[in-house]
Amino acid sequence: MSHKYMPHSEEDIKIMLEKVGVTSIDDLYSDVPSDVILKKEYDIPSCMSEIELRKHFKELADKNTQLVVFGGQGAYDHYSPSVIPHLLSRSEFYTAYTPYQPEISQGTLQYIFEYQSMITELTGMEATNASMYDGATAAAETMFMMVASSRKKNRVLISGTVSDHVRKVVETYTKFHGVDLTVIPEKDGVTDLDALFNELEKGDVAGAMLPTPNKYGIIEDFTGVADKIHAAKGFFAIYADPSSLAVLKTPAEWGADVACGDGQTLGMPLSFGGPYLGFISCNKGMLRKMPGRVVGATKDIDGKRGFVLTLQAREQHIRREKATSNICSNQSLMALYATIYLSLLGDKGLKEVNKLSCDGAHYLYDKLLATGKFHPVFDKPFLKEFVVKTDLDMKKVNAYLLDNGIMGGVILGDGKVEFAVTEKRTKEEIDKLVNLMLEV
Amino acid sequence: MKNYDKIIFELSQPGRKGYSLPKDNYDTDGLKDIPSDLLREKDAELPEVSELDVVRHYTNLSNKNFGVDTGFYPLGSCTMKYNPKINEELCALPEFTSLHPLQDEESVQGALELYYNLQQMLSELAGLKEFTLNPYAGAHGELTGLMVMKKYHEARGDHKRTKVIVPDSAHGTNPASAMVAGLEVVEVKSKPNGSIDVEDLKPLLDDTVAGIMMTNPNTLGMFETEITEIAKLVHEAGGLLYYDGANLNPLLGKVRPGDMGFDIMHINLHKTFSTPHGGGGPGSGPVGVAEHLVKHLPNPRVVKDEKGKFHITSDNENALGNISAFLGNFGVMMRAYAYILTLGKENIKNVGPLATLNANYIKENLKDDYLLPIEGVCKHEFVFDGLKDKSTEVTTLNVAKRLLDYGFHAPTIYFPLLFHESMMIEPTETESKDTLDQFIEVMHTIAKEAKENPELVKNAPNNTIVRKLDETTAAKNPILTFKALKENEA
Amino acid sequence: MSKVLNDRKYADSHEWVKLEGDIATIGISDYAQHALGNIVYVDMPEVGDEVNQGDDFGAVESVKAASDLISPISGEVVEVNEELVDKPELINEDAFNNWIIKVKVSDPAELDKLMDAEAYKKLCEA
Repeated sequence: MSHKYMPHSEEDIKIMLEKVGVTSIDDLYSDVPSDVILKKEYDIPSCMSEIELRKHFKELADKNTQLVVFGGQGAYDHYSPSVIPHLLSRSEFYTAYTPYQPEISQGTLQYIFEYQSMITELTGMEATNASMYDGATAAAETMFMMVASSRKKNRVLISGTVSDHVRKVVETYTKFHGVDLTVIPEKDGVTDLDALFNELEKGDVAGAMLPTPNKYGIIEDFTGVADKIHAAKGFFAIYADPSSLAVLKTPAEWGADVACGDGQTLGMPLSFGGPYLGFISCNKGMLRKMPGRVVGATKDIDGKRGFVLTLQAREQHIRREKATSNICSNQSLMALYATIYLSLLGDKGLKEVNKLSCDGAHYLYDKLLATGKFHPVFDKPFLKEFVVKTDLDMKKVNAYLLDNGIMGGVILGDGKVEFAVTEKRTKEEIDKLVNLMLEV
Repeated sequence: MKNYDKIIFELSQPGRKGYSLPKDNYDTDGLKDIPSDLLREKDAELPEVSELDVVRHYTNLSNKNFGVDTGFYPLGSCTMKYNPKINEELCALPEFTSLHPLQDEESVQGALELYYNLQQMLSELAGLKEFTLNPYAGAHGELTGLMVMKKYHEARGDHKRTKVIVPDSAHGTNPASAMVAGLEVVEVKSKPNGSIDVEDLKPLLDDTVAGIMMTNPNTLGMFETEITEIAKLVHEAGGLLYYDGANLNPLLGKVRPGDMGFDIMHINLHKTFSTPHGGGGPGSGPVGVAEHLVKHLPNPRVVKDEKGKFHITSDNENALGNISAFLGNFGVMMRAYAYILTLGKENIKNVGPLATLNANYIKENLKDDYLLPIEGVCKHEFVFDGLKDKSTEVTTLNVAKRLLDYGFHAPTIYFPLLFHESMMIEPTETESKDTLDQFIEVMHTIAKEAKENPELVKNAPNNTIVRKLDETTAAKNPILTFKALKENEA
Repeated sequence: MSKVLNDRKYADSHEWVKLEGDIATIGISDYAQHALGNIVYVDMPEVGDEVNQGDDFGAVESVKAASDLISPISGEVVEVNEELVDKPELINEDAFNNWIIKVKVSDPAELDKLMDAEAYKKLCEA
């Protein structure tokens, strides 16, 4: 029975069985009805040695192509400093359990506290939880949080300019949970504020969620929105890209009550869609309705500073079906990722990341328009992502780009294409992208 | 560094930096195109630290942590098995980590093949038809599975099935997930051994029941021997059976949930399939279903065509909807895939039996000192109701904290709620007899200390880097950021 | 041994109610605060909310427990004890003086369904 992950010798097994008072391991399952006992061998591959496993993964890896990425739509190819994977590979971090025993989990608890502090700085709010699965589920839970905080209302609004990947998850969650969701139409690439205000006037709105930047990369103007939502006794949520908040007006500055979003932009590898992390920040008034773990600072009996999981009475392991959410974990290691990233970059570094991305995106935008083959769609300010219109057959164009090691813009339909540029892209890569597109 | 106690913000010095970025050689200034009233007014106060500051700080923080690589976790219901190193190496391959989730299918065939293979392997191991790997964690899997359940009844026009039966001994996530999915929870009482009382169950099974959530072995580590009878009753009443995969480990090699009659289940890859807990996540909670439910699995799905090409489909109208932005925690799936292949069909069948042997070995060695409420052979875990000798007033919490002094993690305590002093122990198959013997010896020592020097145990932990923390003040006046901490200290 | 006062009535979920005119003052019993331990938060309704006998109207939280507040009587909330927002520990200090809500009672006869001090004492001792 010996295997490198199962250290039992025949002698060990013999002694242990004797102590337990049975004669064979099968006897340990004698209470299991015989008709459910597995009588065949699993139809899965044979075991692999490390050499074979490496080879198998190499073969799979060779069937993937690493590309120069110009796509966005919620996942961005930002730069990830070398320090991060080195520190994350410390097994005291990654092999640790949830920090329920604070005395031996101060490492985890402290970095979560630092993470909460940093995200709170970016959003400008008063508190942040220990992280959610991803931005989409964080948005869905933010909707529930607004409903719970409003006590008597059961309707929420979401702007049609929130990313489709996020909106679809919000739709699923609200549909099953029994919360009414209304999608506010878009107008010229941004939320139709008149439509929003009309919905507010209809009443019964627990909260409304608007994005910055939105799904077209546009930075929307929320002037007057907070006042209108608050006048209707609703909560204002902003779905934000945390990286962009080093330069863009913060949810707090817009007067929002809660902010949420996806932390992938904080240097996390694209990883084919995950793991990323979701965040929720809010003001103190909504704190008790916020889902997920929260870490607080406190002292031990000797007066020494320490950290603990706090406000646990909201959570599923205590409240069961009356909990604020069913979440029972956080993306802890990804929160550490974001924390180290933000420590290294600081405010200045994050601003530089934004400037480089923004300059690159504007350079590409101007260059595309200059070709005469691409045309503006929205005349609105953008940061690192934008939409243009073209008559080119983008499917063909993208296939050609793929042959040349490039992930082109994401096709939105109607001749619209979306491009994203990060600090990892160079002027030369952008020139190459445009030239190749013209060759088709 | 000994007694290191800084928060990263406290290392900050204006002008220090820990990054390097390319020079900006664009002749455009994009930010100038953005109206100033859309820009941030006040700068974010993030630390300004050097690269070495960061490396030392987080290395020192890691030293304040306990992990599977540090020592043994007898943590019930958590399956804290060894996290193989090769898995960490393979999941970091840039050919996978650099993939954008919306890249052309043609350029991600290797990733899709891995994803598809893992779906197939989990289906075989679970005895179910198909899996989705989209859910991000166990609780997310529960939610997804319950959405499948609800969707199934709704698709058949059976709208009155809104109740889910959950045993009172169930993990807290079960009722919470049902609530989020918009289902009503009906509790069914457990018998003294934690098993579902079939007689209590029968009257609950009417035409408003969507299904039942169970785990088997149950939270006391006992196998539900009447499972086939329960499955029959629930199915006859028109309900579905949901299997909480938290306790799947002891069944590997012995029993498949699908063969017991379960229709839907989730698997915690970070439990049964060795992916690291990461201090709380990321996890992964794949959901498997029987054939008649496959069409309700969430979008997107990964499928294989007859030519052997892999595709991502998102257009299934019968699907419950989307529960994740993309395809889930791919990085976690890679580790589980590597683990299954490392064990293969020859070794994976020993996982459950050896985990079960380990649990019974600890139980038999400790039941003289600790109160064993349920006699008999357990599966992967079992529960003590505190120390046998109650006269010392040493509680389960005290014993748990004293274990920290001895360099062990604590067991799961005060769960299940069936006993006052629950202490739930699960060793997993990756621990050797030697480690178990050390743990047993320490548990005996603590029992002795409880008699001879109870104060020592009651004051534990005594030698950890921080001692008993004031959780009351933390909850009453939450200090959740560095800024709030400074204000509080001022 | 926890305190029970004779001047009020009790629910089996450990709330007390004291009726003066048509205003009922509601709190939790000394036994309940003991069982919960250090109270860190009281979740209260808003003035104007309707409460129904047997339905929950809020919750009391300690560090590792939470207990729903079940209304012993029906009516409209006319006052909530704002002092508890910052000082939830007042309930631990004196559960009978530190009430949680005051309700304008819609049906005083509901009071008959509740226990008197003697019966409640027995419940706590059981």
